[in-house]
Amino acid sequence: MSGLAIDRELCIGCGMCVKACDTGGIELAWEGPRKFARGTDACVYCGACAGVCPVDAISITGGAPTGDDPSTYRGIWVFAQTGPDGRVLPVARELLGRARTIADERGCALTAVLGAGPAADGAGPRDLIAAGADEVIVCRDARLAEPDAEVFARWICALARDRRPEAILYGATAFGRELAPAVAVRLKTGLTADCTALSADPETGLLQQTRPAFGGNLMATIVCPAHRPQMATVRPGVFAAPAPDASRTGTVSEVALDAGVAPRVRVLERRPAAAAASIADARRLVVVGRGIGSKKNLPLMRRLAELLGAELGCTRPLVEAGWLEYAHQVGQTGVAVAPDLLVSVGVSGAIQHLAGIGGAKTVIAVNEDPDAPVFGAARYRVVGDCIEVASALVEELEGR
Amino acid sequence: MHLVVCVKAVPSTTEVKMDPRTNTIVRDGRAAVLNPFDATALELALQIKEGVAASGEPCRVTVLSMGIPDTERLLRDCIARGADAGLLLSDRAFAGADTLATTYALGCGVRALGEPVDLILCGKMAVDGDTAQIGPELAGELDIPCVVDVQAVEGPLGAGDGADEGTGDGPICRHGRLRAVRATDAGTEFVEVDLPAVITVGKDAARLRMPGIPGVLASSDAPVTVLGADRVGADPARCGLTGSPTQVVRSFVPERADEAEPVRGDAREQAAKLAELIGGMA
Repeated sequence: MSGLAIDRELCIGCGMCVKACDTGGIELAWEGPRKFARGTDACVYCGACAGVCPVDAISITGGAPTGDDPSTYRGIWVFAQTGPDGRVLPVARELLGRARTIADERGCALTAVLGAGPAADGAGPRDLIAAGADEVIVCRDARLAEPDAEVFARWICALARDRRPEAILYGATAFGRELAPAVAVRLKTGLTADCTALSADPETGLLQQTRPAFGGNLMATIVCPAHRPQMATVRPGVFAAPAPDASRTGTVSEVALDAGVAPRVRVLERRPAAAAASIADARRLVVVGRGIGSKKNLPLMRRLAELLGAELGCTRPLVEAGWLEYAHQVGQTGVAVAPDLLVSVGVSGAIQHLAGIGGAKTVIAVNEDPDAPVFGAARYRVVGDCIEVASALVEELEGR
Repeated sequence: MHLVVCVKAVPSTTEVKMDPRTNTIVRDGRAAVLNPFDATALELALQIKEGVAASGEPCRVTVLSMGIPDTERLLRDCIARGADAGLLLSDRAFAGADTLATTYALGCGVRALGEPVDLILCGKMAVDGDTAQIGPELAGELDIPCVVDVQAVEGPLGAGDGADEGTGDGPICRHGRLRAVRATDAGTEFVEVDLPAVITVGKDAARLRMPGIPGVLASSDAPVTVLGADRVGADPARCGLTGSPTQVVRSFVPERADEAEPVRGDAREQAAKLAELIGGMA
């Protein structure tokens, strides 16, 4: 039975669920001497109530059985995306690192899935094994030389139907975010976007996929109980790539792509992005938020970045206000960054933003609000007027 | 030619405030608005409609949504801005849908329109969920090609290789083909796709026009159809919470990391300490 379930033994009638509900989907009702929470017809099963319930009295269950036994699926796959130069992207190694731990806990094999053109870099499979894969499934085919999501999806779907992995992980690159849903809909399975944590439930073995939810102030842990494979995308930089271990051994198997698969989107012209330094690869970053107050303070921030040898990033509101271009946006819907040093200026620290700076080694945060969530992610907290501090720091650095 | 724009009602602000005392979300009567990416997709559809209509071919835009009954208000607003008709899928059976169940419902809606569809436009993502899954999943559900993160549609067709730069005054979509610029991991690509197809639209592609007075007048009695699951032939087992493979098992306020080390003093003193710290990092 799917729906909202409230355990009356546990419910204390505190009403926090009612406050958390956006739709009027839960209410308090007297029954005899006690108040209980109960669902209404307006409930949309979002789970916000369950998240705030102090006594864990609320649960939401769903998902019809599929008639397909999940326990017959085994092994974890990582999609190994390659860049324009044919080399495996760092995010694939990051995913292999995390998935290695999960596969060991599950006692199952870890497989990297690599599709490439006939002339691709031959080092790919070796690198993937060194990063933790037990097996690499390779398909070399001219139709996989370019990132066409439908072609890749049809290849991976055929492979997954045949070999039945319990989970497939993808980097949340632009291509990964197009490919993963194209696979999910064809396999009629679930997909969790932009996870910031992945683990295996010790009891059920289910892949626990955690991502920001409800506008970003809550994290939600999502599972896919009955459908297989369980699928998730993870932003680059969320997990650390393990140091390559060249002594690891693994198998490489070559597979073919079905002759009936053909691209339906024709690329007439490619325009590579300008070679501007990407904030994703920057070793140092200055990230500015709404706290800098005005667009006229941007030159000061640029100067600060220049003196630090840093690139400039920003939060989403600044992009929406048109102060900086999207390429500068740090966070879940922008770029995930992993610099050695990140100086955060006037950033309050919404979860979506913090989800994008998890890979930073040292964060210095400057904000006038001592309760700003950004300090939770910082190594050093500077409470003060961010323009005054930035100006003083620029002077200080210029004087050195 | 028939265009369908899939739209979603989202909370008017994505900044949900937390009450730090009770750890609950503070709600302040936020009204639902059109997802900004979908607004861009609608504008692009209206521009295509104008271009196609200028070439003498009739062109209609239908807005499609799955949501609570109040979403009808947003569909009427879309009509006031230039769409021709709306279809709202609204039913308790749809509640609690994840992306797969939403895609299934939208697919049923498209098939229930009763006339062939040439192009389906979706926003690249919704600002409340940020998944960017509906467009690619809908293309897969309908087994038609998909172009994601479209920055611009370009034309006119047949103008040769030079057609890729201008904004294109002529028809940008005809003879069953569409040309568009999409953003990719490596930059941008100028692509061509046969119709029918799904495109998802990036937020910078266009800015939705304001409603005109004739549009507002027309929208009040414009055809907005509201249909439940059975009326669009949807299998209840594939709808809503029941049809959703994914489940939220837990939601929680993220824990703060270890306490940050304070850098005290006035701005000048703080700056001096920071310069010292950063200088020590090599």
